[in-house]
Amino acid sequence: MVSEKDVEHIGELADIGIDAAELATFTGQFNAIVEYFDVLDKVRGDDTGARDLYNILREDKVEPSLPHDVALGNAGAQEDGFIKAPRVM
Amino acid sequence: MSALRFEPDDKYNAFLAVCKEPKGGSGKLSGIPVAVKDNISTQGIETTCASKILKGYIPPYDAHAVALVKSAGAAIAGKTNMDEFGMGTSTENSAFGPTLNPRDTGRVPGGSSGGSAAAVAAGMVRMALGTDTGGSIRCPAAFCGIVGLKPTYGRVSRYGLIAYANSLETIGPMAANVSDVSLLMSVIAGHDKHDATSQDRPYTHTPSADIKGTRIGIPQEYFGAGVDPAVAAVVKKAIGRLEELGATTVPCSIPSMEYALAAYYVICTSEASSNLARFDGVRYGPAVETKKSWHAAFQDARREGFGPEVRRRIMLGTFALSSGYYGKYYAKAQVARENIRKDFARLFADVDVLCGPTMPTIAFRLGEKSDPLSMYLSDILTVPVNLAGIPAISVPCGTVQDMPVGLQIMGRPFEDERVIDVAYAYEQGGQP
Repeated sequence: MVSEKDVEHIGELADIGIDAAELATFTGQFNAIVEYFDVLDKVRGDDTGARDLYNILREDKVEPSLPHDVALGNAGAQEDGFIKAPRVM
Repeated sequence: MSALRFEPDDKYNAFLAVCKEPKGGSGKLSGIPVAVKDNISTQGIETTCASKILKGYIPPYDAHAVALVKSAGAAIAGKTNMDEFGMGTSTENSAFGPTLNPRDTGRVPGGSSGGSAAAVAAGMVRMALGTDTGGSIRCPAAFCGIVGLKPTYGRVSRYGLIAYANSLETIGPMAANVSDVSLLMSVIAGHDKHDATSQDRPYTHTPSADIKGTRIGIPQEYFGAGVDPAVAAVVKKAIGRLEELGATTVPCSIPSMEYALAAYYVICTSEASSNLARFDGVRYGPAVETKKSWHAAFQDARREGFGPEVRRRIMLGTFALSSGYYGKYYAKAQVARENIRKDFARLFADVDVLCGPTMPTIAFRLGEKSDPLSMYLSDILTVPVNLAGIPAISVPCGTVQDMPVGLQIMGRPFEDERVIDVAYAYEQGGQP
């Protein structure tokens, strides 16, 4: 059973922003879905099928990329050619 | 390059952006207008994923599939409506209003590639690109009465697809008939060095209606509880036509189906919770209030920018991956996924393809499914394919209450050609 407090906490972890007015609805829906997920308790086996997979990495050499102004073109806010972000501390 | 005129009478809200004078070129798709789902990047054309948070986003590059379509001479006709970030089964979750089903405007077109399906079904374009994470090409193809192929994972590059659940999703072709789906597939398949999961498996096939000797498995779970008996009857009749065309059928079972839907939703929401972290109003999205602290600004932007289904899935994924629940949900879902892969491999040792309905019902009415879980249950017949990474196609096979029903044909990995052939055989010889 997931409580409203739990959903509020998950919303904080996910940085999703939950309003008090939506908490009850989200919690009810959350519980129904998570209850359905519980069918996974019956899954047998612990083999996740790890096969001979390997990472595919390109050679570490400089290749052509987007120009600076184009790369910043969709940034929310800019200052002096950098992306402007909210304060962290 | 020749310019076309493209000004469709879009009564169905199928398009989010229309290119009125798209340029075509020479090649296999010369002069053909092709619509592109709005989660696939198109250089210089607004790409929003049907989300407020990406309103105004202009990609600086083309997705690999779009570049290939352009180089084959096609004209990009516009961007099609969808469930926000691909999350949904009805195209009702678009921030820009739902798409209507051209066959009955009181019903949904299916999702999440509902705009692409409606654009094709209404005759506005001959072909469209969609994406399929848990059935998002096949579902709207079935509901709108067109053909849609979910290719083998890795056969079409995902470079430029705005990621929702990387390990499940793929770009694929949609069209009114199998030949056009095959033609578009021949253009978009192949290796791309920008996508580490891309395989060097080009598609050069011409559909053949000769299916004599093809062994078709009929999983009992595809005709079980939750599947409308009227839909099941139409699909069984279609399979009967395939037998008359020379195929043989074999009853079979996929026991792991019991866990497929839960495993799918745990995995896709977990991947979404990570992928969608980038939409924060800093790198993408409307500029945030920089005087606030990071988390406060971030939360404000995401509360305003994302719709309820996206927020719900991000939270579900965060929950499933959180300390204390990881083993109960995510780890178990991965075991279930492997069991599904093994079940398919076991069946494909004996049969060439599997057949069943694409969707358990016909298209539902707009607003009919307001409860998220009941909407999720609609995906029960399509998600196993994505978990296993195999190819599957939906081809129209009849109607119930004058609404289309889709026959789903699933194949071995990289045998997209064979599912195309079985669909083509049905299309050519299926009508009594």
